[in-house]
Amino acid sequence: MTTIQDAPPTDSTPDGNRSALSHAARIFVRIGVLPLLMLVAIVVFTVMSDNFLTLDNLHSALRQNSYIIIATMAQFIVLLTGGFDLSVGAMTALVSVTTAMSMSSVAESNSPTSAVVVGILTGIAVGLGAGLTNALGVALLKINPFIMTLATASIFAGLALKLTSGVPVYGMPVQFSDSFGFGDIFGIGVSVWIAALVAVALWAFLRYARAGRHIYAVGSSPHAARLSGVSENKVLILAYVAAGGLVAVGSILLTARIETGEANIGSALPLQTIAAAVIGGVSLRGGSGRVLDAVLGAVFIGIIVNGMNLAHITSYYQMMVTGAVLAIAVVADRLRGRLANAVYAGRI
Amino acid sequence: MPQTADDVVLRVRGLTKKYPGVTALDGVDFDLAAGEVHVLFGENGAGKSTLISMLSGAQHSDGGIIEVKGEEVALTSVAAARDLGISAVFQEFSLAPAMTVADNLSMGSEPGSLGLVDRAAVRRIAQARLDQFGFDISPSRLVETLSRAEQQMVEIAKAFRPELNVLILDEPTASLTDHEASRLFSLVEQTKAQGIGVIYITHRMAEIARLADRVTVLRDGKLVATVPGSTEHDELIALMTGRAVEDLYPTLPEPGTEVSLRVHGTTTYDSSVRDATFEVRAGEIVGFAGLMGSGKSSAARACFGLERLASGSITLDGQELAGRNSSRFMKAGIVYLPSDRKKEGLFLNRPMRESVTLPWLRRSTMSDGPILRLGRERAAATSIMTRMKLSPPDPERPAASYSGGNQQKGLLGRALLGDCKVYIFDEPSVGVDVGARVTIYEQIVDLARRGNAVLIVSSELPEILHLCHRAYVFSQGAITAELSKNELTEEAVLRHMMQWDDVDRDQAPKGTNTVEQPHATAISSEETA
Repeated sequence: MTTIQDAPPTDSTPDGNRSALSHAARIFVRIGVLPLLMLVAIVVFTVMSDNFLTLDNLHSALRQNSYIIIATMAQFIVLLTGGFDLSVGAMTALVSVTTAMSMSSVAESNSPTSAVVVGILTGIAVGLGAGLTNALGVALLKINPFIMTLATASIFAGLALKLTSGVPVYGMPVQFSDSFGFGDIFGIGVSVWIAALVAVALWAFLRYARAGRHIYAVGSSPHAARLSGVSENKVLILAYVAAGGLVAVGSILLTARIETGEANIGSALPLQTIAAAVIGGVSLRGGSGRVLDAVLGAVFIGIIVNGMNLAHITSYYQMMVTGAVLAIAVVADRLRGRLANAVYAGRI
Repeated sequence: MPQTADDVVLRVRGLTKKYPGVTALDGVDFDLAAGEVHVLFGENGAGKSTLISMLSGAQHSDGGIIEVKGEEVALTSVAAARDLGISAVFQEFSLAPAMTVADNLSMGSEPGSLGLVDRAAVRRIAQARLDQFGFDISPSRLVETLSRAEQQMVEIAKAFRPELNVLILDEPTASLTDHEASRLFSLVEQTKAQGIGVIYITHRMAEIARLADRVTVLRDGKLVATVPGSTEHDELIALMTGRAVEDLYPTLPEPGTEVSLRVHGTTTYDSSVRDATFEVRAGEIVGFAGLMGSGKSSAARACFGLERLASGSITLDGQELAGRNSSRFMKAGIVYLPSDRKKEGLFLNRPMRESVTLPWLRRSTMSDGPILRLGRERAAATSIMTRMKLSPPDPERPAASYSGGNQQKGLLGRALLGDCKVYIFDEPSVGVDVGARVTIYEQIVDLARRGNAVLIVSSELPEILHLCHRAYVFSQGAITAELSKNELTEEAVLRHMMQWDDVDRDQAPKGTNTVEQPHATAISSEETA
């Protein structure tokens, strides 16, 4: 029988007495359902398609999904506070449009580099502004996040359409797409680097910054946080604004990839990001979840869509599979919670 | 007392229930005869609620058998229990607020055919049920428009069904007026006369004396004894706590003379506290006694910036504190422990470490600038958890996985870690076992010994009597008495607690009428010797 070095510590039960089943339960409690699903998906798709398990394919799947991964991290921050952000899709559209418009107008009379810089800064500012709008509604006006972000989703989407009349925005310098859309550094896509950078920064922030701890505290129990001297409003504002900023980063990468500013993108993002976070094991009740969970959840969704494409499964089935996986993940997560209790109670 | 086998409607053998980190019920035996009132008695957390939640089918046991009229049964759901004639009235009501009284009374067994509800029959049945008890409530009223006492009556009427064998009442008088309570008592007697067994949970000695045929005492999830209802109060208390009062409370140190916290003429915006003036000296433990809603808790919360003040001042060591910003009060050196540890105290799904250290993360011992020093934080949490005898003292375990007593010790550990000047504890021992209680009292007394000012809000009269140098008694939002150590007797506290006749009733704020009656008491073991 193998021993697990870092399984949750228990009393004096000698390892030899534990059954294989209890080992399995402990591993499951520790890592959750996602690694198992991931393993199953990789095996199935490798069997179904020769092209699936190649570095090229996995890299391109990551690159295509980097904006979803970043948007999932944005969603994750808000989920940690016990809220939702249903406006991530409309924000993506609004940022894409404003980035493209400012970049193309600057590019008419200036160098491409300055146009790219101005465009990116515009996009990030718009994202932060949109996040701030959500923050003010949720924190100061105490509007339920579900309703507030549903409302702003409609507002942002309408604004994006009004700015463009629904027509794609062209005229961005080609250098923008070449570097951020299709560029590589050390053989790995720029957008993948940026997603990784964001993930590491977010991880460090949540673990080592006091403000990061406060986000978990407010999500876990707003009353207890308040009695501990934590300002709930500050935390909520920080979370929604940061989410807006991250969504902007993802949107800029997507814009570079599609080479136009589009008002019609991102409509699936609210559901995709929430699904990815939940599949990764982030709690919808707030205060629980890790960056890695959210990232892996998003990567997993990207991989199954990529695998199904390679296996020539139509998008209709893809939608059904994604939905089924989401439901399975939620059930598995509840099971994990029960098993965790059993482990702590010393019954396993 | 009827004791023959035929008379036993309910028999429980070796019933066991485990929660993460705690055995809530440990092999308990219990039986109930037809036409008997059997009181369950014990401290908060002794297992009374767990027992009745399993008897009513709301929770499943982890071991043991339940027999109804001699036959072993599986109470898999509330409906299954009800079909066997077991109904429970919990403190938390199971009424649908937006539906009428009549709809609530027939819920789950609506009259009619073909899946259609016979509305006339619903009303008729409801009216008949209400008349049976002499409840003066219109069946067409919406439940949300009823007072708490009226809702309780509807709840009891709902629990009664023709085939009833066992009626479970969980502290039924907690929100009733005297008049309503006496009506409930005659109702219970009427129920007895019909040969129904009644399981009755109460903390009130007077009710035991009045109603109980037998009393079963539980402590820390174990059966202590089943004794006749005529058993002396002192004996019941000794059975409940498992030790004499002197062993529970440490000796108090001499209080200091210097006033630390001073509150003058304070009235809260919602009038829950009116014109309160009190002070706590360094090295002194001061108690706040009073009924639920008497303002004792609001007054304490005001000292932590949690209440909006209409007038008055709060000073700490001569320095005035104002505003509704708790972190300012914390920086000044005041720490407050809420009574509801699950809602306001702990971060249940996070490691216990985070619950313990969160208020103090700004200090240089825990962080450099905005960056946390995780190693130092963990060391501090581990050391305070060891000192508070948390079991296990593992800072990374989720707070939810600890038992109530350990959670409360963790919360107290948080306060101790702050190294403050003034400690305010709101119900410091609510829902914890005797062992944890002893640890908590020791630490509280130790705080005073080291020269801190301690303020305790408590509904447990023994805590006011034995843990405090001095006490203020609250009634209807006002302080009705200040009792020094030698004036601190049970009789004196109770008299001032209920002396609402002496207060000008016109001044009473709206919405406090449920507080006027002695029966609104949250005092447990109020007749403690």
